[in-house]
Amino acid sequence: MDIWILLTIFLLACFVGYFAVLGVTPALHSPLMSVANAISGIIIIGALTSLADSLSIIDSFLSYLACFLAAINTAGGFAVSARMLTMFKSEKKQ
Amino acid sequence: MPALVNISYLTACALMIASIRSLASPQTARLGNFLGMTGMALAVIAAVISLKLPNYPLTLTVILSGAAIGVYTAFRIKITALPQMVAALNGLGGLAAACVALSEVLAFSPQNFNNTISLFVGGLTFSGSLVAFAKLQGFMPAHPLRFTGQYGLNAALALTILTLSIIFILQPNIPLFLILSLLILILGLLLLLPVGGADMPVAVSLLNGCSGWAAVGIGLSLSDSLLIIIGSIVGSGGLILAAIMMKAMNRSLLNIFTGSLGVQNSGTAAEAQTARSGAPEDAAFIMENANKIIIVPGFGMAAAQAQHTLKTMAFLLHNKYHAEVKFAIHPVAGRMPGHMNVLLAEAGIDYKDVYELTDINSEFSSADVAYVIGANDITNPAAKTDTSSPLYGMPILDVAEAKTVFFVKRSLGSGYAGIDNPLFYAPNTIMLYGDAKEVTEKIIKALES
Repeated sequence: MDIWILLTIFLLACFVGYFAVLGVTPALHSPLMSVANAISGIIIIGALTSLADSLSIIDSFLSYLACFLAAINTAGGFAVSARMLTMFKSEKKQ
Repeated sequence: MPALVNISYLTACALMIASIRSLASPQTARLGNFLGMTGMALAVIAAVISLKLPNYPLTLTVILSGAAIGVYTAFRIKITALPQMVAALNGLGGLAAACVALSEVLAFSPQNFNNTISLFVGGLTFSGSLVAFAKLQGFMPAHPLRFTGQYGLNAALALTILTLSIIFILQPNIPLFLILSLLILILGLLLLLPVGGADMPVAVSLLNGCSGWAAVGIGLSLSDSLLIIIGSIVGSGGLILAAIMMKAMNRSLLNIFTGSLGVQNSGTAAEAQTARSGAPEDAAFIMENANKIIIVPGFGMAAAQAQHTLKTMAFLLHNKYHAEVKFAIHPVAGRMPGHMNVLLAEAGIDYKDVYELTDINSEFSSADVAYVIGANDITNPAAKTDTSSPLYGMPILDVAEAKTVFFVKRSLGSGYAGIDNPLFYAPNTIMLYGDAKEVTEKIIKALES
C-alpha cells in the first residue's frame, strides 16, 4: 500500500484512540490498560505474516517466538481485565 | 477469499475500537471486554487461514500454548499483584514486536526505517517493563535509583543508538542490527531506574502505549492497516492516560524520568511540631457519632491488603450507625491508573460509593470524618499553599476541610515524595499509628461492641 495512505490511516487512528480513551471513566483505567495491553497483542498478525515469508530457521524461530509472546500478552490481557471487571458491582439503581 | 479476509480484519478492527469505547461505564465494560476478545480471535483466525504458513500444527500449538499460559497466570495471580502483571504482559508485547522486527531484517525486508523504529520501541518497552515489573514485585527497591553520571550515560547511549540507526538505515547489515538491539535493551533498563514508586502510574501508562507504537512500526513495515490502526489506538491511548496522570500530579515527563521526587528533603527540618496521636478505640467513638464519613485510600492500603477490612468497617458504620460512607480516590493513588478502584471493587464495595477527586472534593467540608488510610502526598495542603514545595500545583483531596481527620500511618515519616505534611500537625488531625489493616481491625472491634 502507498505509504501516504498508511500514514493517513495512522493519523486518523490516533484521533480515534484519543477520543475513545478520553471517554473511559477513571474508575476503569486499570481494566482499560489491560484491554489496551491485550489488543496491542495484534502484533501476532505481524508475527504470522513474518512467519509466512520467513527464509531461514532463525528467522522463523523469531516469528514463532513473537507469536508465542503476543499470544500470552493478548490472552493474559483479556483475562486480567475480565477478572477486574467481574468485581465492579453495584446494587444501587442509576 | 481475499475479500472475506479483509472483511474479517475490518470487523475485528471495529470490534476492538468498540471494546475500548464500552469501558466508558462499568455497566457496558464486561461486554466491551468480550467484544475485544471476539475481534482479536477473528483477526487471528483470518490471518491463520489466509496466510501460507509453513507448519500449521506447530503454529497453532505455539499460539494456543501462549494463550493458555496467559489465561492461567492471569487467573492465578493475587489481585494485589495486578500492577506488575500488567507491566509484565506489556513487556512481552514489546519483545514480540522486537522479535518481528529482527525476523523481518533477517528476511532482508527493505523496510529498514520502520524495522528500526519497531526494534527501538519494542525493545525499550520490553526492558523498561522488566524494570517496572521488578520494582512493583519488590525484586528491586521502589525508590528512584540514581548514580552520578546517569544522565550523561543515558544521553551518550541514546546518541550512539541514533547514530547506529542512521548507519543501519543507510547500509543495512545484520550484525549492526543485533548490536542496536542490545544497546536499546540497556537504554530501556537505564531509563526506568530513576522512576520512583509513586511515578509508576505514569511510567506504566507510557509503556502500555509504547507496545502500541511498536505495532504501528511493524504495520508500516508490513503494509498492514490493521496493525497500524490498533497500534495507534493503543499508543495514543497510553499517551492520554499518562497525560491525565501527569496532570493529576503536576509533574512533567522530565521530572518522572529523572526521579526528582523522593530524594529531596524538605528544607525546614522538623520544626519540632507535635502531632496528636490517638487510639483506634477513640477513632471508633468519633466515627460512631458521625453522620458523614469519607474514606481516602492510598498505596498503604494496598500494601497492607486492608481493602476487605475497610469494607467491613464501612458496612458497620453504614448499617449499625447509619452514617453516610463514601470513598474518595485521587487519580494517582496507588501504582497504576485506577489501582484503588480495582482493590475496592475486589472487596465488594459498591462502585457507586466510590468517587473521583473532582466529584467529591466539595463534600469534605460537610463531612464529620475523613479517614485517610495509607495515603499522604495526595492530601498535602502544601501542594496548594507552598510555592517552594515540589508538590506545588498538584490537585489534592481537601481532607483538611473535614471536622476530624484520621491518618492511618505506620509512622510520622513523610510520604513517598519525602515531603512533610503540615496536615499531621493540624488541630483537627488525629494520627492512628500502625499497620493499615490492624488499625482498621481494632476500630471494627470497637464498633462492634
